[in-house]
Amino acid sequence: MTLAGATRNEMLLSLSNIVKSYQTAEGGIEILRGVDLDLAAAESVALAGESGSGKSTLLHLAGGLDRPDSGIILMNGQDVGALDDSGRARYRRREVGLVFQQFNLIPSLNVAANISFHAKLAGRFDVDWERELVDRLGLGDLLTRYPEQLSGGQQQRVAIGRTLAARPPLVLADEPTGNLDEATGDAVLDLMLSLSRSAGSALLLVTHSTRLAGKLDRKVFLRGGKIVP
Amino acid sequence: MNVRYAAYAFIALWGLVLGAAGVGAQGFAGLGSDAHGFAVPQRGLVLSFPRDHGPHPDFRIEWWYVTANLQAADGRRLGAQWTLFRSALVPGEGQGWADPQIWIGHAAVTTADSHYVAERLGRGGVGQAGVVADPFEAWIDDWQMDANRPADGDVLDRVELRAQAQDFGYHLTLAAKGHLILQGDRGYSVKSSMGQASYYYSQPFYEVRGTVSIGGAPVAVTGRAWLDREWSSQPLASNQTGWDWFSLHLASGEKIMAFRLRDTGGAFTSANWISADGKTTPMASGDVVLEPLRKASAGGREVPVAWRVKIPSRGLDITTRPLNDNAWMATSTPYWEGPIFFEGTTSGEGYLEMTGY
Amino acid sequence: MIWAAFLALLSHWRHRPLQLVTLIIGITLATALWSGVQAINAEARASYARAASILDQNGLPQLLPKNGDTIPMAVYAKLRRAGWSVSPVIEGDYRFGPFRVRLIGIEPLTMPIENRIFAPSDSSELVDFISKKGLLVVSPATAARLKDVAGMPLKIYEDIPDDAAFTDIGAADRLLNRKGSLSRIVMATGQRPDLPALETVAPELISQSADDRPDMARLTDSFHLNLTAFGFLAFVVGLFIVYSATGLSFQQRRATFRTLRSLGVSLQSMTAMLLVEIMLFALISGVLGVLIGYFLASALLPGVAATLRGLYGASVPGSLSFRPEWWLAGMAMALAGTALSSFQSLWRVRRMPILAAAQPRAWAGMSAITLRLQALAGAILFGISVFLAFAGSGLASGFGVLGALLLASAFLLPAFLSRSLRFAEGRSSDALAVWFWADTRLQLPGLSLALMALLLSLAVNIGVGTMVSSFRLTFLGWLDQRLVAELYVTARDEAEAARLREWLPKHSDAVLPIWSVEGNVLGDRLQIFGVADHPTYRDHWPLLNGLPDVWNRVAQGDGALVNEQLWRVKGVQPGQTISLSDGWTVTVVGIYSDYGNPKGQAIVGLDALVQHYPNLAKLRYGIRIDPALAPDLKLQILREFGLPESNVIDQASLKRQSQAVFEQTFAVTGALNVLTLAVAGFAMFASLLTLSGIRLPQLAPVWAMGVRRRDLALLEIARTLALWCATFIAAIPVGLALAWVLLAIVNVEAFGWRLPMMIFPADWLWLGAVAFVASVLSVLLPVMRLATVNPADLLRVFANER
Repeated sequence: MTLAGATRNEMLLSLSNIVKSYQTAEGGIEILRGVDLDLAAAESVALAGESGSGKSTLLHLAGGLDRPDSGIILMNGQDVGALDDSGRARYRRREVGLVFQQFNLIPSLNVAANISFHAKLAGRFDVDWERELVDRLGLGDLLTRYPEQLSGGQQQRVAIGRTLAARPPLVLADEPTGNLDEATGDAVLDLMLSLSRSAGSALLLVTHSTRLAGKLDRKVFLRGGKIVP
Repeated sequence: MNVRYAAYAFIALWGLVLGAAGVGAQGFAGLGSDAHGFAVPQRGLVLSFPRDHGPHPDFRIEWWYVTANLQAADGRRLGAQWTLFRSALVPGEGQGWADPQIWIGHAAVTTADSHYVAERLGRGGVGQAGVVADPFEAWIDDWQMDANRPADGDVLDRVELRAQAQDFGYHLTLAAKGHLILQGDRGYSVKSSMGQASYYYSQPFYEVRGTVSIGGAPVAVTGRAWLDREWSSQPLASNQTGWDWFSLHLASGEKIMAFRLRDTGGAFTSANWISADGKTTPMASGDVVLEPLRKASAGGREVPVAWRVKIPSRGLDITTRPLNDNAWMATSTPYWEGPIFFEGTTSGEGYLEMTGY
Repeated sequence: MIWAAFLALLSHWRHRPLQLVTLIIGITLATALWSGVQAINAEARASYARAASILDQNGLPQLLPKNGDTIPMAVYAKLRRAGWSVSPVIEGDYRFGPFRVRLIGIEPLTMPIENRIFAPSDSSELVDFISKKGLLVVSPATAARLKDVAGMPLKIYEDIPDDAAFTDIGAADRLLNRKGSLSRIVMATGQRPDLPALETVAPELISQSADDRPDMARLTDSFHLNLTAFGFLAFVVGLFIVYSATGLSFQQRRATFRTLRSLGVSLQSMTAMLLVEIMLFALISGVLGVLIGYFLASALLPGVAATLRGLYGASVPGSLSFRPEWWLAGMAMALAGTALSSFQSLWRVRRMPILAAAQPRAWAGMSAITLRLQALAGAILFGISVFLAFAGSGLASGFGVLGALLLASAFLLPAFLSRSLRFAEGRSSDALAVWFWADTRLQLPGLSLALMALLLSLAVNIGVGTMVSSFRLTFLGWLDQRLVAELYVTARDEAEAARLREWLPKHSDAVLPIWSVEGNVLGDRLQIFGVADHPTYRDHWPLLNGLPDVWNRVAQGDGALVNEQLWRVKGVQPGQTISLSDGWTVTVVGIYSDYGNPKGQAIVGLDALVQHYPNLAKLRYGIRIDPALAPDLKLQILREFGLPESNVIDQASLKRQSQAVFEQTFAVTGALNVLTLAVAGFAMFASLLTLSGIRLPQLAPVWAMGVRRRDLALLEIARTLALWCATFIAAIPVGLALAWVLLAIVNVEAFGWRLPMMIFPADWLWLGAVAFVASVLSVLLPVMRLATVNPADLLRVFANER
């Protein structure tokens, strides 16, 4: 599936003219200066760029974790930027799934509870789908373990499982393999791609690896606060 | 232990004696009593025995004072002291605890190396301490001086003397070989040029045998003893600071009692020559020279422990030395009291008492 | 270099002022409560010791009459003349105008120096003391009361207890009209070994050995034990605070340590610097703590003094003297406690490799193994406690039971909470609920010390509260039983008593003589009371057990009742015969409870008592009358006989006084309750504050998955309350066990009587409410920080570069 022919209204996620700045000791830094980006349902897009170019910031805005200074974020036609705190919490619960470089599992819950946690919050818990996920992620033997007892690759697989168990329309992944060695990273990414396709989720993946970016449907660059092709 | 007691006890006998001097002078006007209602000695009063062996509660102070020069079988020399003081807060007697008389006992044993001291305090009227004239008994606690009177002679001719303290004690039997001696003018003993005086008599002729125990080990002893009896209400003048008192047993069997009352200007000296058969001759004040020769440290003070005693009219010129330099009586009012020996124109032994150092 | 490094270390506190405040408050509170309680105890003990040594010369052995009340003067003289170093005492109550004082006549010349209360500096002072005019040596307060009515010179001496006067034995003899007969004879220590035996010199006397401790101190031990328990508990809780604060500060400065080490600061000098830093804080806080403790003690002391006076008749001044010993002790506790609680952190610093990762991890991580070891230690301690409770004997073992029980419960608490949380987790299906319980369990290691502190303070509060309330209820009930007569009249002398005997029957329903003597029973001197044969006793007297026909046998004169103390301590059983004086034996027919009395006591028929002690003082009477008429009769007696108020006591006011005493006790216990809870609450606050620093990474993922910050904050409050609630539930059985140990073991060992235990759930509610407020307060600040946390701070958790 490609972007060609799709109008903005049909897009799953549509960011237009997003501006975001941060206050630092030296004054305000405008990190995003009018970003436009569209994502179709079930599409996978790699977001590349140099360190500090604002990739993570963009991802956080898309995930409803933060608000833009200006610009519009539409998700299925709904203005995410206009939501209040509760609305954004509901949005995060139901519309998006987040995968981070640091895995960010819940330390007090075991693997099984971690995987089903988001799905249950989102009200989309599905035993069969979860069993399939666990099988495909190879986590069957680890279900009663706690995060601190897992390796990095195992933890990231749990994090992916947790995100996809909820079948969110949009998966946002921020360098999910950045903490893993290359072989493990490739395997994890392949799994993630194939699973998000099975789940029918779109994927916005932040990475600075062109090799990994090549595995996705489309690739965009963030440079000078704007998206460049 | 007892010394420690003594240090805390607060009766200051000599303090009372000296303190009384300040008010004593104006009482001496033939009225027979001083400002505090105490009787004062009168010249010419005839002492009567055994009555006057007993206490005189109308007078401020009084004592029964025995010193003994002793010798053990192995030739070791010792000294023993037994004293009972009476001190009245007010004249007279009272029933039970209301009795105003305070009694103080001092006991000591002196050897060449050590000096043992004990003190006892007690109230009159309750039986703890007191003196009865006939049959004679003087006591404080279990320290006693009992007469064991022969059929004839004086009440005090045979006396049992006992004292017991934590670390020493003695039981001596005293037998008089002569009569009582009245000091001064028939027992009226002048103590200053201003006329202060006391009643004073002695029994210097005791022969002693008995036991002295030190640290629980009894030693049989023999020797000589001297009893002094004195009572008064204001024996010292206000400027008098203390006294040096000698009792001497001469080789000839004669005895000498000599004292020097020190005052701020000089000294008042007095002596009594007692012949072997008990005849007394008071010496003129100028005829007696008492001269300190050597000082020693005792009880933290410098005390003259060796003396030259001269009575030119009798051709006496002797020097005394103590058995123990440190015969310090660490009692509530401390003083020096110990056995001495003398050589010179004659030799012998005796006791020296020094107060006010 | 060193100075610069030290400044670098110290700069940490500029960035974390709250942490610094926590640390300082922790040490300060610990020291304040500890030294405050110690100050109260020290003051009270000093005053008992002073009273006992001064009033009773209890540091010395004494000679007392075997029969009767007095010793003839001749016996004293006989002892002295036998060489005994003894000193006579005449004492008794004497009224100077409206004021009653305990007059103690001593003989200054023979009084052993160990017991000289005052030392006349010279002979003139001595002369004043023993002169006919007399001299009363009294405390400043007593001097103020007596100055217009004494009729003799007063001399003020600070060390003398109030309402007592020392005087010469001659003056006491005259005032008390004793005609020379003595109350007792004091013996000096170190008597000569060669003395004749007492049996030969004075067979009419018995010797009573010197008490190593004053009676009053023993009697009030349990009260002071309560105070000490509170103080120590608060101290331990304070140390928990210090432990968590230093642990956190060290943890957060690991990067600084590493940098300093790489810059060439030796491990030795860094440890030294940290030690200096922490001791500096301890010193400052210690001084603050001792000062606060002093004010705390000053504020509490009047209440304590009133309690002690009312409950035990112990006279303790209501004002505090600043004693150097507890100044020093307070400072030492502050320094030692701080050193102890920062030891582990310092140790870790010493063992940390130069290039240790600076990654923050849980500052007080506790593995499952630690939990299990703690639980095991708790179980062993609990076993020891149970073993001691049933197999041990003696006061020390009673305290052992207490200590082991408290420690055991503290050690078992984390395991108990962990189990409870696991159970709740297992019963939840909702994802958020599961996470809530699981996450609460994760916090447990970081909070367990604070929770242990909370458990201990709650348990001690419940335990002591139960004891005091049981005591009050039992005591007041017992007073109701025992104080049956409407009025109690005491005549001043025999003549007046005779007039009363004549007058009273015409004006009342019944007149019950209450006469007593001191006699030798089973080797102790104790009171023997005679009671009339009257329904007042038959119907009301509180008997614990007895033979059938008890009162008839008492009335006939061949039966005696003994109190619980005699029964427990001497093992006297009903049916046994005991001797009450030479040649008078009776059968024990019953046991009665006699709370608050440290000594044994016996009751016999009045006629029998009079027959054996014909000369006993017949001064006291109980009067039965219609209660409505009692106040009038009281006035009538006062008018008719000119008796002082205090000689006619009505039952109602006696009970009122007792009640007032208990109110004081409750006020003091209540104040200490609140204070210890406050410290426990602060420990909780400190722990939560510390934890809140490491909470963000734990909470951010949950937030990212769509849970609002507000909900997270509410869940944090719920978490604290859940832990508090579980701890409170755990504290109830521990507190009740504590109360049981206090009532059934410590009390019996200390006083010889056992109180029934009563339970007061309403008190727990009150306590629970106070603890609830404390825990809500403790969680408020950390949660408010969380609820308003900037999303950027949460986002930083997800940042790639950290």
